[in-house]
Amino acid sequence: MASVFSGAPPQSGPGYSFKQTPTEAPSGTRQHGFYPYTDNGGSTLGISGADFTILAGDTRHTSGYNINTRYAPKLFKIGGEGPDNKGASIVLSVVGFAADGEALKERLDTIVKMYKYQHGKPMSVAACAQRLSHILYGKRFFPYYVHAILGGLDEEGRGALYSYDPVGSYEREQCRAAGAAASLIMPFLDNQVNFKNQYVPDSGSGHELQEKPRTPLDQNHVLELVRDAFTSAVERHIEVGDGLQVMIIKKEGIMEAFHPLKQD
Amino acid sequence: MNHLPQAWGRPRDDVYGAYDQSHFQMGGPNQHTQSPIVTGTSVVAAKFKDGIVIAADNLASYGSLARFTDVKRLRKFNDQVVVGFGGDVSDMQYLDRLLNSLDIRENYGSDGTPLNAKNLHTYLSKVMYKRRSDFNPLWNHLLIAGLDGEDKPFLASADLLGTTFSAPTLATGFGAHLAQPILRRSIPDEAAVPNVSREEAVLLVKEAMKVLFYRDARSMDKYSIAVVTKDGVELKQDEKLESQSWAFAEGIRGYGTQVN
Amino acid sequence: MFRNNYDNDSVTFSPQGRIFQVEYAQEAVKQGSVVVGIVSKTHAVLAAIKRNAEELSSYQKKIIPIDSHYGVALAGLASDARVLSNFMKQQSLASRLTYDRPIHLAEITARIADRAQTNTQHYGKRPYGVGLLIAGVDSKGPHLFEFQPSGVTQEMLACGIGARSQMARTYLERHLEEFDGSSREELIKHALRALKESLSQDKELTVDNSCVSIAGIDEDFKLFDGQDMAEWLDATFDNKDGGNEGGQEGEAMETDEL
Repeated sequence: MASVFSGAPPQSGPGYSFKQTPTEAPSGTRQHGFYPYTDNGGSTLGISGADFTILAGDTRHTSGYNINTRYAPKLFKIGGEGPDNKGASIVLSVVGFAADGEALKERLDTIVKMYKYQHGKPMSVAACAQRLSHILYGKRFFPYYVHAILGGLDEEGRGALYSYDPVGSYEREQCRAAGAAASLIMPFLDNQVNFKNQYVPDSGSGHELQEKPRTPLDQNHVLELVRDAFTSAVERHIEVGDGLQVMIIKKEGIMEAFHPLKQD
Repeated sequence: MNHLPQAWGRPRDDVYGAYDQSHFQMGGPNQHTQSPIVTGTSVVAAKFKDGIVIAADNLASYGSLARFTDVKRLRKFNDQVVVGFGGDVSDMQYLDRLLNSLDIRENYGSDGTPLNAKNLHTYLSKVMYKRRSDFNPLWNHLLIAGLDGEDKPFLASADLLGTTFSAPTLATGFGAHLAQPILRRSIPDEAAVPNVSREEAVLLVKEAMKVLFYRDARSMDKYSIAVVTKDGVELKQDEKLESQSWAFAEGIRGYGTQVN
Repeated sequence: MFRNNYDNDSVTFSPQGRIFQVEYAQEAVKQGSVVVGIVSKTHAVLAAIKRNAEELSSYQKKIIPIDSHYGVALAGLASDARVLSNFMKQQSLASRLTYDRPIHLAEITARIADRAQTNTQHYGKRPYGVGLLIAGVDSKGPHLFEFQPSGVTQEMLACGIGARSQMARTYLERHLEEFDGSSREELIKHALRALKESLSQDKELTVDNSCVSIAGIDEDFKLFDGQDMAEWLDATFDNKDGGNEGGQEGEAMETDEL
């Protein structure tokens, strides 16, 4: 303090005695006290087959180390009739910031319902997928903090699965895991669905090695993969657990199932 | 020597410190709530067979100061809904006015069914999410307790981020850490709810309030408790915590005269 | 020669206290093909005669499902009805989004009535040239509302609007006592018979020129159209060939685009 009032010459060498006078409000120094996002944990995964698509997600909802509830669905039917979405053929799964996920679901659902009302026919998955991309990109500078996966059947009746990043870049895939345990589940899926690192036995070595040919997977087999993926994820990730919600989309409609997971 | 005219006639920075330019600033950016000021602590609630119990103490704190000791944080909306408020008290009072105007709008005509707990929770969560998306949050964590459209118990939460969830037992703030485990021990899941009587649920919630008073420094022993059933809302606003025992404090280091 | 000086816009009263533009709009409703609606204790039903503008064209849309609990039937300018039904659809979705609650029929009816009234009090606007029957079920039970271009709305037990609807209304009045206790099937039959009354002698109800819809307590609004009509027509007029294509009858219909 003494040095401030000493009248002694500046210690820090030659220079102006005044700093450049600020020309704008000193708002840059004020820190924001409000952060509009949180992570509600959980994981989702989707796999598409020859004539079906399976989506799954755990039902735990967390804030930090707290479990808010053991049952909060992350899978939503889109564009059916009425509040229960009867007769829907598209499913959206969202993981990340649950409030954004909910808002995103409601926007997409409203759009798909209005499409059906105005055109007299349901929206195709491909159209819905592109629309979802546009919704996400529309909030490019204040994004919906979610990883979305959209599932359904394409115009030829084949399983269709689209995955998204929070700002809307998307692609159609065979399988995708998202959320807290995505890094645990995705490598497993690469190996078991797309047969990565699997080769035809005795097909040679080095460049001669032949990759195991990819074949469409049977529905029951895929369901087993999904359940194995989640039971394993529950063991290794604290934000995953409590229950597993599964939806299977086929041309007959959507079948929904619930399987308990460990609650620890 | 500074040749910039803005600096002429001003005290030297190196002698008097940098001048606080903010005093010159007139308008500036809009300021929204960056933190809560006067706050209420936990709200706890539990479902039972044919209704729901919800409780919150009557304290509004100013930081660590127990500032207002008679603030009612449970609000009856109608005969089937009670809202419990945690967090900023002025935002709670704003929401109170908002609910008043909603209630008037809803009952303007004589016909129409009243909003149930599920309707109100949906509405309030939209309000909370809208405000967070405007970067102007209502700094609250709400519990909405009551009956849904089928007269079944309904309990759900909405917070300042617009996050929502529902469970057979819920507790906000400190209660999420301290009360929720106690509540969950008795009512672990939805399947357990039909086996819980009203008396058991009330006792359970009172027990949770007591534990919170023992361990939450921003709590107090005067509280409100409401029971919502098909017969309506029974709201008591001046309850005192009963049968407290501080005997446990003896064994805890840091309490009383024991220093370490 | 006489010229009416008070019908140039909808904001000017005639010395007799009439607003001619509104009355003309009500004439447009009378040009539209007939629609009827009936409510019982448990159900609300709509039935309509559909016209085709010409032999090669499709038949008009007379009943529009709005939400899962209700729909509307229209008589008059179909394009005006579309504007109104779009608005109703939006309001219904908004109610479900903000309150997770199906909108009350009295509420949605009041909202379109307010819009219609506005059109009769602003210079340069035109009244809606369409009448609607709004039928469905909400938390207060089954309802039927009538909406007129003037903005007048009324809750009805049974109602018919459109061309020659007087015949249908006479039928409804004669059978009024039976409606309240009617079953779902009986109610639809009543609606179809009322419809039939308004048809001239040489015409029949067919799968092409008629449709019905029903909503009930714990039963979502459902529209029966085309071949789905066959069983209802068979059940109602058992001797008639209602299930057949019925191109002949269509030929006899007036060719009016309203």
